[in-house]
Amino acid sequence: MPKKTPLSWLLLVRQKSRLIVATAGIAFADILMFMQLGFQSGLYDAAIKPHRNLDADLILINPQFRTLFSVKSFQRERLYQARALPEVKEVSSIYINTGQWRNPETRESRAILVWGVEPGKPSFKLPEVEQQLSQITLLKTVLFDQAGRPEYGTVADWLARSPQGLEVELSDRLLNVSGTFTLGASFAADGNTIVSDSTFLHLFPDRSASNIEVGLIQLQPGSDPVVMQQKLSAFLPKDVRVLTVEEFANVEKQYWAEGTGIGFIFGLGAIMGFIVGIVIVYQILYSDVSDHLSEFATMKAMGYSNAFLVRVLITEALILAVIGFLPSMVLAMGLYQITYSATLLPIFMQVDRAITVFVLTVAMCSASSVIAMQKLYQADPADIF
Amino acid sequence: MDQVMDQVTNQVLGQSSSQASAITIQNLNHYFGNGDLKKQVLYDINLIIQAGEIVLLTGPSGSGKTTLLTLLGGLRSAHEGSLKILGQEMCGASKEQLLKTRCNIGYIFQAHNLLSFLTARQNVRLSLELHDHYTDAECDRLVDEMLTAVGLGERLDYYPEQLSGGQKQRVAIARALVSSPKIVLADEPTAALDRKSGRDVVEILQRLAKERDCTILLVTHDNRILDIADRLLYMEDGRLVKDKTE
Ligand SMILES: Nc1ncnc2c1ncn2[C@@H]1O[C@H](COP(=O)(O)OP(=O)(O)OP(=O)(O)O)[C@@H](O)[C@H]1O
Ligand SMILES: [Mg+2]
Repeated sequence: MPKKTPLSWLLLVRQKSRLIVATAGIAFADILMFMQLGFQSGLYDAAIKPHRNLDADLILINPQFRTLFSVKSFQRERLYQARALPEVKEVSSIYINTGQWRNPETRESRAILVWGVEPGKPSFKLPEVEQQLSQITLLKTVLFDQAGRPEYGTVADWLARSPQGLEVELSDRLLNVSGTFTLGASFAADGNTIVSDSTFLHLFPDRSASNIEVGLIQLQPGSDPVVMQQKLSAFLPKDVRVLTVEEFANVEKQYWAEGTGIGFIFGLGAIMGFIVGIVIVYQILYSDVSDHLSEFATMKAMGYSNAFLVRVLITEALILAVIGFLPSMVLAMGLYQITYSATLLPIFMQVDRAITVFVLTVAMCSASSVIAMQKLYQADPADIF
Repeated sequence: MDQVMDQVTNQVLGQSSSQASAITIQNLNHYFGNGDLKKQVLYDINLIIQAGEIVLLTGPSGSGKTTLLTLLGGLRSAHEGSLKILGQEMCGASKEQLLKTRCNIGYIFQAHNLLSFLTARQNVRLSLELHDHYTDAECDRLVDEMLTAVGLGERLDYYPEQLSGGQKQRVAIARALVSSPKIVLADEPTAALDRKSGRDVVEILQRLAKERDCTILLVTHDNRILDIADRLLYMEDGRLVKDKTE
């Protein structure tokens, strides 16, 4: 069998300007999709980063707890009840509240999330935090999140210059910054601070020690978290909810995805990119078929079937999909980097997103070729004789 | 009912006469349009063309020459009468059969209709790729031989836009003949050419056809090329009125 002439490819490379326009158009559509999906997942990732870094097997929360943005508390007593089960190794409590951070330089106030943890017990899985927990046992000391918004001040720099500590104002109380950690800004908070439970109660005198926001449960080695989750749910009163860490993260994610327009807005943005892509590729393929209508009709007269020509068209679309996708991926990575430096939003190229966008590109190009195909059926060889 | 009857008669008639002939047409009628707009363009055509014959078909504009050619080439389906190409009945044939017949016929159009994005070589090769039985090396050899035979051995990798009208039409001839079809149909192949290149083109066509024992039916208005014909046909108002050898 003779090797087949690569018609689709030749059709494209013999029309350089059309190829360039098509590539640019598809790349544009792809970048649009990459940015929308990237923003979306970056925002979600930022929102659930604290949850994912909690050092626990199971989490206890108020059933009404939806988001860090407006926390709900429950009786600390429930956490101690959980200890009655032999599989529970250890429990620890976390207080959460929003404080006002005053930038030591500009004197401007800005809301910041305050985490009150028990210094001797597990809280965050972040090595920086674990190493510095002993420092905050001292009353009125605080760990500062250096990945928060720059408006809080260049705390890390100032701290480096004054090793004995840096005095700051949090919710009108003077605290000493003993170190920094890295978590990052999210929807719920522009920044984070970690203090001990005693410091927390000192900062917020109207908070009672017996009501906490998050309970962390550590299990004995070898016990299955899912089984224990059911056991604990059955065991504890219904005024608390037992979740795995991932489920806890999903509660937060769901809040932002459903409770706000975020999922819709970015989803719509991605769909727009998709539609723009279809229109562009369709335009290209349609004019390609129109310009070569008599040539395609000639091929039919020679004995080539409609199905063969349809394949040529689809192949052309798929080649365009690949040619347009590759540069868009590189450009999107650059734009992600720029976005990250500007907003500290954790937005990076991910394999599954790249696959998603590529699949969408292929779908986009196939859809366009199916529409453009109608034109191909008009190429009637009886008319060109 | 009529059609079934026709087909039965056709089969009987066909068997008796089509053995040595490339094309056998009996009682062929053709209409365009439907209902009130139905218009007959071919009336009771009867024609036998022997294998290896070069037949020229002339006649005034609108007399139905192109229509006849498209029916022969399987570009339109015939409905009434009998039309046999290489023993294959085309009247009432299925789409697949029409397509298969097209693969075994060479076409030359008034406009060269080369694929603009392919070189001369690739254009000619395209008609070999329709047949699975060639090897790659055979394809390359046949294509180059064929283009050399039409005098384009120096321009194998030229694109159509780099060739003159006559050269393009010669590529079209190479494309039509390269797979050694038994029949070549040509519709005014010289109409777009000046006198000299038109003459060249038909002479090449005639020479190659004779070498390969290929049957040619060529529609033309060009009186200067009538001498290449073995037989001349004349068509008027949808009827074959004169068969000059009879
Ligand atoms: N697709 C069509 N639909 C309807 N009528 C058609 C169609 N094609 C051709 N005809 C009519 O059929 C008749 C024969 O046309 P045809 O093209 O076969 O003539 P021709 O002999 O090839 O003419 P010319 O020498 O100008 O090429 C004409 O009256 C034409 O108007
Ligand atoms: Mg005509």
